[in-house]
Amino acid sequence: MIGTHCKSCGEYYFPPRTLCPNCRRTGQMEEHKFRGTGTVITYTTIYSATEDFERLTPYNLAIIQLDEGPKLTGQVVCSPENMKIGMRVRPVFRILGKEGERGIIYYGTKFAPAEDAP
Amino acid sequence: MRAVSIIGVGCTRFGERWDSSLRDLVVETGIAAIEDAGVTGETIDALYVGNMSGGRFVEQEHIGALIADYAGLSSLHIPSTRVEAACASGGLALREAFLAVASGYADIVIAAGVEKMTDVSSGVAADALAAAADREWECFFGATFPALYAMIARLHMRKYGTTREQLAQVAVKNHHHGHMNPIAQYHTEISVEDVMNSPLVADPLRVLDCSPITDGAAAVVLAPSEIASRYSDTPIRILASAQASDSLALHDRRDITTLDSTVHAAKRAFSQARLTPEEIDVAEVHDCFTIGEILAIEDLGFFPKGEGGIATEEGRTSIGGDVAVNTSGGLKACGHPVGATGIKQACEIVLQLRGEAGKRQVDEAEIGLTHNVGGSGGTALVHILSR
Ligand SMILES: [Zn+2]
Repeated sequence: MIGTHCKSCGEYYFPPRTLCPNCRRTGQMEEHKFRGTGTVITYTTIYSATEDFERLTPYNLAIIQLDEGPKLTGQVVCSPENMKIGMRVRPVFRILGKEGERGIIYYGTKFAPAEDAP
Repeated sequence: MRAVSIIGVGCTRFGERWDSSLRDLVVETGIAAIEDAGVTGETIDALYVGNMSGGRFVEQEHIGALIADYAGLSSLHIPSTRVEAACASGGLALREAFLAVASGYADIVIAAGVEKMTDVSSGVAADALAAAADREWECFFGATFPALYAMIARLHMRKYGTTREQLAQVAVKNHHHGHMNPIAQYHTEISVEDVMNSPLVADPLRVLDCSPITDGAAAVVLAPSEIASRYSDTPIRILASAQASDSLALHDRRDITTLDSTVHAAKRAFSQARLTPEEIDVAEVHDCFTIGEILAIEDLGFFPKGEGGIATEEGRTSIGGDVAVNTSGGLKACGHPVGATGIKQACEIVLQLRGEAGKRQVDEAEIGLTHNVGGSGGTALVHILSR
């Protein structure tokens, strides 16, 4: 998970930005590799999805705050009963979805529970 | 800046209009608004139309020219502009029309909105609507609109103790209001149990927490206030028009349980109108999901943050309460043809302020407000209207 870090103000960005919104032209951006561990801010379990995701239902979606600060939206692979606000998660590489009738499969980052993640 | 008034309104029946094309809906609403305003085609200076996704829903773009054409105005060659801000497209069309008149650039201007959504499958409709979210960083990972609002709802419940029943009460109230509105998509009353027993869409939101897929169109006619009485015995003043934006993706917001775009648009509108939220008698707010109305009544300043649920439960937002919210039935029961919604909201407030709202009339309504949101809060528009 590659994002950016502004050396001027210290803020981390995911997804990566080329311009630091805090510092604008005085910002100094560098690439940053996120550990990917974070905390669930809020979540839902989706029972009715768009066509590309229908076969995955029910699946959990969460807003996750990475330990470095930025927030993102991602799926959490675990049973819906085990989802909790405040739970710790770590990244896993999984099939994300299938596009259209021809079924082009694409991969990406999901998250899994990680109660032991520091 | 000149004072601006609404001199005419027109709205189609909302619902699954399988017998009417997008063009038919435009003609129906255009004729109604122009007749209500008592203007002739020759006096119209410009037209703005809100439409979110003609391309996806009916494979038709260039809606500006199409509307002018089918409203019978093509031979007059007036400027006709389509504007888009997802579900706030209608509110944005109203604002653009307001600015055109207020600036002195045009006199008689029509603001319209239209969406024909039921020609495609529900999956295609859901995907077209999802285009209002962040494709790359929300939808790509499986987000849907109900899911985004469900995540807001869950955190609001955790932070403020909002209950599942309170969310349901928004839908119950709006169906109660909607059953008194002849143009509403649904004329059925529902109970809290009906909402709680409806199928889950995105936990904790259920089918009856969600606004439906709807066909419909609406139009209003604007004029400078100084000449409005030439056309209407009951012109309605637009005291304020405000717009604000925020990050496209929900996860980038300062606070997941507040729509800052609503907060800022409301602040600007109340300051323009020199009014406070307590002075609003009737409001049409953006209840695309039940939690949306709870956020709206807090973020507009009607109730303190976190108290929207209890205020709804106590009936303070029903007709006869502190502020009558969504007397049309809202997006939930009146229906949500996305591009038309912001204009329908203005039509409803005009009817209320004229005293023409029939069974759902709010007693002595003098000041009204409309609140229209695009996406999960990337855009918000607030208008304040007065008798
Ligand atoms: Zn910076």
